[in-house]
Amino acid sequence: MTRTILLTSILIAGLAGAAQAETLRLLTWGGYAPDDVVQMFEEQTGHTVEVTKSNNEEMIAKLRATGGGGFDLAQPSQDRVMGPQMEFGIYKPIDMSKIDQSQFIESMLMATMANTTVGDEVYGVPHVWGTSGLVMNTAEAGEVVKDYTDLCDPAVAGKVSYRLKRPTLIGFAFAMGEDPFAAYGDEAKYTEIMEKVEAKLIECKANVKTYWGGGDELMNLVRSGEVTASMAWDTGGWKLNDDNADITFVAPASGALGWIDTFVLPAKGQADEAAYAWINFVMQPEIAARITAAAGNFTASAGADEFAEDALKAKYQASFPQEAIDNIKWYPPVPAGLESIEGEVLDRVQAAN
Amino acid sequence: MRAQSRIAFILLLTPLLLWLGLLILIPHIDMALISLRERISFGVYETSLLQYQKALTEPLYLRTFWRTAVMSVLATAITLLIAFPVAYYIAKMARGRLQQVLFMLCLIPFYVSELVRTFGWMILLRETGLISNLLQWAGLADQPVEMLYNDAAMMVGLVYTSMLFMVVPLVTTLESLDDSVVEAGYDLGGNGLSVLREIIIPHAMPGIVSGCIVVFMLSLGNYLTPTMLGGKDSLWFTEMIYNQFIVRSNWELGAAFGFMLLVLSSVIVWGMLRLTGRTLQETMG
Repeated sequence: MTRTILLTSILIAGLAGAAQAETLRLLTWGGYAPDDVVQMFEEQTGHTVEVTKSNNEEMIAKLRATGGGGFDLAQPSQDRVMGPQMEFGIYKPIDMSKIDQSQFIESMLMATMANTTVGDEVYGVPHVWGTSGLVMNTAEAGEVVKDYTDLCDPAVAGKVSYRLKRPTLIGFAFAMGEDPFAAYGDEAKYTEIMEKVEAKLIECKANVKTYWGGGDELMNLVRSGEVTASMAWDTGGWKLNDDNADITFVAPASGALGWIDTFVLPAKGQADEAAYAWINFVMQPEIAARITAAAGNFTASAGADEFAEDALKAKYQASFPQEAIDNIKWYPPVPAGLESIEGEVLDRVQAAN
Repeated sequence: MRAQSRIAFILLLTPLLLWLGLLILIPHIDMALISLRERISFGVYETSLLQYQKALTEPLYLRTFWRTAVMSVLATAITLLIAFPVAYYIAKMARGRLQQVLFMLCLIPFYVSELVRTFGWMILLRETGLISNLLQWAGLADQPVEMLYNDAAMMVGLVYTSMLFMVVPLVTTLESLDDSVVEAGYDLGGNGLSVLREIIIPHAMPGIVSGCIVVFMLSLGNYLTPTMLGGKDSLWFTEMIYNQFIVRSNWELGAAFGFMLLVLSSVIVWGMLRLTGRTLQETMG
């Protein structure tokens, strides 16, 4: 009898405990949830964290397949929040009162909130930001490659690489003197710009060694010297800089493309408390600095700069003089329909000879 | 007694029916329905054949479709040409221990995952890779040679990946060929070529056909090898399906592509059986 009571009470205690300590299923990018941060969070809050690493397209495809289930917190870029929400309804609104807004850089928080508002609900808050531009061996290609379109220069034939994805289209459009972001609302104009970019990319194809798919693939190509200039993320360049001082990230003349990865709550997420706790936890300056050290990118946490490594700050300042920072082109939300135009362009470029 | 055997029958059948129903039939019906949709605006869809029309009129999609089919057939033919002598040697010439060792050698590469095997090829073929360095060292090339990212590299990868699936059925059928039949062929005045044509190949036909079907299916549905070894020019049809589903979020067109691939493989397998005058029952049974 006593045994039964004992067992029952253990069971009840266990259930009660489970109700408070939740499992946070986090869908994120590599480096955004380093092990030491996860461990500290678990110790402090009692929640457990399951990390799944992914990228923008796969995050949205995964959430779409389940109608927003399977994860409790996701981190798509800010331009991928509004469109998918209107189309598939895969996120739920964020209760801003549960978020410690003082921890955020105000301008970035406001911009992200504005970009992720559907109706009058806010769906995203900023986390990590960075840019994409040119990663190159400055000793070999620095003289020739100043902008995206210079990747097509005969002097670097067979030594360049880029991704066949939308950032390449946008980057080339800017380098060709167009403003694709201004044409976001005008499908006819946008198609016209994309056709020009398509012609350029097809002409440029012979120059390209291969289209890279994943970050590690590109790292190998640049590190081995098979590729001397490529379109890539800033962190990639800074990481390679540790091995070879000639390789670094360069902001293109037409402007680096700026992205912000956000926090969003999937529509069928089951651990909102843990999700809010995670957001408030990682935005603390010391923790944010640890994430910066792991991911290589800076966060929207106010005051985290103080804790960032000096080496990374130095690389950042070398790549971004003040005028390059002012010239960063931030991605606005992607309207629906544009991605199918881009998709067809990318398919045609890939298949062209 | 009869009731009992009935229950046993139902119990044995249930896993198969569940497997077929839940994992094959229902997803395919769902895919078929998705492929028949057209997006009008946010969350609004209409039934239409637009996706198939798009897939069949856009030259790019058609080109990739045929390219994938032709390359897969080619990969199957090359695999057969290489695997046949290997299988013949293992089944007929090698004896005892050597036979087992040779068979194991064919099997061992498959102990590691396909990804690792493909990476192996990348290490060999890349510009700063082993073969390129070897050629330079031997003085046959005066600068690094790039052998990756073209159709030939992709073909090497495809053939290598599907080798085993051709060798196994060939060895099995060739082993059942009585040596005395081959001897009789020579006694009756046949030469090597006519014995091969009149005796060995007809006998090995079931193995050839089933090996070809498996290799063809594997090549057609391969995603990893064309993507990693093929590089910038070699768009494979499976890659296009992945792109539509994941990258472009266009499930409708992706589903239509999926069905086109299903029809294509069914037609080619049917054609292969017709051409060799065999039935599916003979080949599989």
